[in-house]
Amino acid sequence: MSEDVKKTKEPSEPLFSKKNKKLVTDPLTDNNPITIQVLGICSALAITVQVEQGVVMSAAVLFVLIFGNVIISLLRNLIPSRIRIIVQLVVVASLVIIVDQLLAAFLPDVSEKLSVFVGLIITNCIIMGRFEAFAMANKPWPSFMDALGNSFGYAWILILVSIIRELFGSGSLYGFPIFGSALPGEEWGIYTMGYMNNNMMILPPMALIIVGIIIWIQRSRNKALIEEH
Amino acid sequence: MAVNRDSNGYTFGFAIALVVVVGVLLAGIAMWTKPFQEKNEEVKKKMDILKAILVKDDYSKITRKNAGDEFENYVNLEEAIVLDMNGVVKDTAAFDIDIKKQFRDKNLEEKDKDYPMFIANIDGKKAYVIPVVGKGLWGPVWGNICLDEDMRSIKGATFDHKTETPGLGAEIKQDFFIKGWIDEKISDENGDFAKFEVVKDKSGSTKESKVDGITGGTITSKGVEEMVNRCLLPYIAYFKSLKN
Repeated sequence: MSEDVKKTKEPSEPLFSKKNKKLVTDPLTDNNPITIQVLGICSALAITVQVEQGVVMSAAVLFVLIFGNVIISLLRNLIPSRIRIIVQLVVVASLVIIVDQLLAAFLPDVSEKLSVFVGLIITNCIIMGRFEAFAMANKPWPSFMDALGNSFGYAWILILVSIIRELFGSGSLYGFPIFGSALPGEEWGIYTMGYMNNNMMILPPMALIIVGIIIWIQRSRNKALIEEH
Repeated sequence: MAVNRDSNGYTFGFAIALVVVVGVLLAGIAMWTKPFQEKNEEVKKKMDILKAILVKDDYSKITRKNAGDEFENYVNLEEAIVLDMNGVVKDTAAFDIDIKKQFRDKNLEEKDKDYPMFIANIDGKKAYVIPVVGKGLWGPVWGNICLDEDMRSIKGATFDHKTETPGLGAEIKQDFFIKGWIDEKISDENGDFAKFEVVKDKSGSTKESKVDGITGGTITSKGVEEMVNRCLLPYIAYFKSLKN
């Protein structure tokens, strides 16, 4: 019997096959890690007050997720299933520490900006989620594509939320004043006409509300995403 | 030979191998990058002191590259002093003192702590830079307070943090928050300490010894208030003794 099920070598798949492309495009929309899977919400709430923070966090997650996914995928046939979560945790924590150390030594300015994110990257559920759900069962190349798709899916929501929050909460974008300045005694722009920043935008609950609105828009455009219960 | 990946032996073996590999890798990287990191920290310390001195004038010319030279232009480390908690001079090697480490050390008694101060010369006038350290919401906060020649008006300040919430508590390092401290007085005419208060009602810009806090960053703002009030005390005693 065992001879019959001899492994037949699968025909190798082209690198940018339809399936592989779908790995990148799906998480951007219909399988978005934040709005559909509702993962990584904690960091989305915490750091979307300013666009710059959103961009830095997205870049950090992109890096860690790509390397982590590929490493886990390479090790997938070696990792004992009983301790796989711990192994995944060790991989992501080590990656983050290595990046942190190298930045502190060679790019100190970037390192200062990133310092607060280090903890947030390790605890980001998207990373562990992709390791467990995808990289453990797939080859390195699809894992790489999956990481790419999920980090960009995470990034665009993060950046969209932070644009809305920074614009209406602080009146600026990426640190540049858009609406003028509200500093007492130095007002200019539309603040002189009595406009005020919405302080609610700065507080974390507003991120939840904005993400909620994005989810609402997304599901009303694509009814297939609405859960039946 | 097929290996049983569910056996205890394999699981233990894998775990041990993983720990050894990761441990060696991380330790190696930490040792290799340490001298670079220390150098960066020293430069950063100099940049912060310079910023506290120059924030009112022109800080933009200070970069990581020229910080070392500019530091020597303004600050003479031989003039620096170290005080004890009662404001008595006990030493001069101020730059090497790590007040963050002292603050973390729970076994260190208050009387054994060092209080360093740097003395800068800017356009023929003296300025006094006092490093401060305290607690924010998630981790340490620290900074420098620079006093004018009169030893009571704040000429400039810097604040920094390790893990405060971006956009909220982390804003203490921004210029708008620092601006609130400039020209405040740390003591009254008699040289007695004027306690600072971080307020929420935006009255900070008009009232003395009051500074506007940060919306959404109350605990960090309060942490800065506590830090400044606690750390300045020994220096008040020192300045008072100089005046008498």
